[in-house]
Amino acid sequence: MTREREVTAETYAKIQKLRRQYPRSRSAVLPALTLAQEEYGGWLPPEALRAVADALEETPAYCLSIASFYDMLHLEPVGRHMVEVCTNLSCALVGAQAVLDAFADELDVRPGETTQDGEVTLRAIECAGGCGRAPVVVVDHVYHEPLRPEDVPGVVEELRARG
Amino acid sequence: MRAGNPTLLTAGTEGRDLTRLDEYRDVGGYVALTRARKMEPQAIVDEITAATLRGRGGAGFPMGRKASLLAKDTGKPVYLVVNADESEPGAFKDRDVMRTTPHRLIEGCLITAHGIGSQSVFIYIRGEYLHEFEVMRAALKEARKAELLGGVTIVLHRGAGAYICGEETALLESLEGSRGQPRPRPPFPPVTGLYGAPTQINNVSTIALVPKVVELGAAEFSKIGAPSAPGTAVFSISGNVARPGNYERELGVTLRDLIYDVAGGVADGRELKAVIPGGSSVPVLTPDQIDTPMDYDSIGAAGSFFGSAAIIVVDDRCCMVQLALRAAQFYMHESCGKCTPCRIGTRWLVQLLTKLEEGRASATDLALLDDVCDRMLGKSLCALGDFAVYPVSSYFRKYRDEFEGHLDGAGCPFAGASSIEGILAPSAMHDRHALWTTTVPA
Repeated sequence: MTREREVTAETYAKIQKLRRQYPRSRSAVLPALTLAQEEYGGWLPPEALRAVADALEETPAYCLSIASFYDMLHLEPVGRHMVEVCTNLSCALVGAQAVLDAFADELDVRPGETTQDGEVTLRAIECAGGCGRAPVVVVDHVYHEPLRPEDVPGVVEELRARG
Repeated sequence: MRAGNPTLLTAGTEGRDLTRLDEYRDVGGYVALTRARKMEPQAIVDEITAATLRGRGGAGFPMGRKASLLAKDTGKPVYLVVNADESEPGAFKDRDVMRTTPHRLIEGCLITAHGIGSQSVFIYIRGEYLHEFEVMRAALKEARKAELLGGVTIVLHRGAGAYICGEETALLESLEGSRGQPRPRPPFPPVTGLYGAPTQINNVSTIALVPKVVELGAAEFSKIGAPSAPGTAVFSISGNVARPGNYERELGVTLRDLIYDVAGGVADGRELKAVIPGGSSVPVLTPDQIDTPMDYDSIGAAGSFFGSAAIIVVDDRCCMVQLALRAAQFYMHESCGKCTPCRIGTRWLVQLLTKLEEGRASATDLALLDDVCDRMLGKSLCALGDFAVYPVSSYFRKYRDEFEGHLDGAGCPFAGASSIEGILAPSAMHDRHALWTTTVPA
């Protein structure tokens, strides 16, 4: 069973430092949620929201209202790795769907799902800002541009090897 | 340098790593800052005004005029906020500016801060640009160590994935720690901006041009580019071209030059079908319009917008109904939900275009599509609702035969062979999301 826990002392201290960057400490809510998400394995369970709320002297409900607004903050479990395929216009025009399909085949998941072993989440995303080097794929925040369907098995193999 | 192809934003990048302070200094970096700090603040604003430096983010509002609107003597601090939340589909210029010339942006911030009397700068960087954030952070550290900041605080603030935060008042809300939803205007940010204080907000590429305005002087700067819009822009060219990428050119260069000379023409020997000149939110142009110069006024006269200088080239393999649907799905996904016409209207657009693409629509549905566009345009606090309408209504108007060809059971004339056939929008992924549960082993 998961045991409730606070964020680590280190993360708590980082959040306090973030607060001091701004005239009003509420401004630190996005970077604080991002930090907590990293600590909690890529998503924000209720206890992470409570920990951030505590560190910022906000309510957990307030933190949830922020987290639910932004695409990069996740309120459901995600895999240890995240593969994100841009399917917006510029990428779509040069074959993004074939890249997304190749990842779905290789990982045996549908976009939006995580592999059975909890290793990899596959997502379609809106424009990542790599339009001139399309199709763009973002793997654990690192841009691969361009990435072609034939590159997909290698990327997945590398991810699995990384553990 | 003036003769061939003047570079301002990318100046000095050839063969050099301008992320490093010493290399940036080797090409004259921070000289403009030293000069600016010896000038009266108002003289800097006057120089920017005289140079007619227009905003490179989308609206093209003159930066100097924006600065002149800042409320004076309010007893509150004056803030400078840099909009680095680049998210317009097709645009990737600010990313390259930050990644390759971070010091030029920092220098622009410091000169501007001196001009408007600000001690506090916030750079709001879109969350996905983690690498660029780190490049900026390293450059800022170097600049601080070299005692270049002169008492000015620069805070780098990462977003977390929301197109709407590129809208200036939504950006301010997000920076204050709220959901990124636009504010009613007036009051405008120069009067009541960040934390209720007078605030100057400009795009990355606008601020990064400021050192060159000071270095060259307004008179010289004005000789570059179009008379109504001096200077250069980094044009992001993407889609079906042979050599997509970012290219810095003078404003006033024609779309034909950009597409054919600079980007190598339409890829794979295909025919040009459509050009989206300023990012996915602007009205489309047809091949007969590509002799239009790329500057705010000329593109405006052609019925579109300069936008973020992001040119998306579409060849004859693409179904325009599918393209309209994919654009509408994006704006539906990114609508913040605050204003009803945008929140509901974007959904209606997606539903109607889906119906049309699937061959289930009648002429009444097309009339309804037109009507929904009409009821959305200009009816929301910010322009996102309009941005959803511009692609849909302009594709419909200009490719009407293709839209009508889908009617009454006909379905898509491309019969499964459109270049973007079956493209999955994230919104569709979320629709399905509620239908299953994901389990991750502990």
